[in-house]
Amino acid sequence: MNPQAYLDFAVQAAFVLLSLSFIITVARVIKGPTLPDRVLALDLLVAAAIGFIAVLGIKTGYTLYIDIAIALGLVGFLATVAFSRFILSRGQREDGTPACEPASDASIEEDRLTPTAEPVALDGKVSQNV
Amino acid sequence: MFESLALLASGTLVLIGALFGLVAALGLWRLPDIYTRMHSASKAGTLGSGLLLIAIAVHAGDTSTVLRATAGVLFFLLTAPISAHLLAKAAYSVGYNLDPSSVRDEMK
Repeated sequence: MNPQAYLDFAVQAAFVLLSLSFIITVARVIKGPTLPDRVLALDLLVAAAIGFIAVLGIKTGYTLYIDIAIALGLVGFLATVAFSRFILSRGQREDGTPACEPASDASIEEDRLTPTAEPVALDGKVSQNV
Repeated sequence: MFESLALLASGTLVLIGALFGLVAALGLWRLPDIYTRMHSASKAGTLGSGLLLIAIAVHAGDTSTVLRATAGVLFFLLTAPISAHLLAKAAYSVGYNLDPSSVRDEMK
């Protein structure tokens, strides 16, 4: 088999597979159902974009694309960390349920884990020390 | 000889990496809750993009490309567990529940 033809086929097949994974991941971003699901799907979207850029670099022979991939990975990591801090500092779920029972044993953020009967306003729940 | 070997190796790496990317997306779609979805997204997703970066290193073959691709792979292997762990910790602290089919909650 001609190796160049094999590589061309592999690149085309990889484009198809990565496009499929893009579509499935974006469907998860839309469907949710929770905020951490969407953040995780965005994280995977960044990983798939890095792979897509690498395949594009093979197809064009333009290795400067690797630098773009590394920069995109850095941005994606920082975005995921920032979203995680946001989820933590928001302290409640989408349905307004305050931070509840699984966290009551955790050693962190004990000041806002006092159980409350009624749902509390969002800005009242944002902890100042995170 | 060596040229065609590099082409075959990078083609195979591209196929395997893209398959892992697809498997990660399928796992993200099929698995029941955030904690199980994290398995597919942070392990298979990182492996897929890492294999594709190794494929471009094998394909190019010069020192600077190989070094940059290796640095990228190492960076992703370092940051993916950190971000996944941070997200899981945040979700668990806020109280996103495990799927009812889960059999054990070690942090309870």
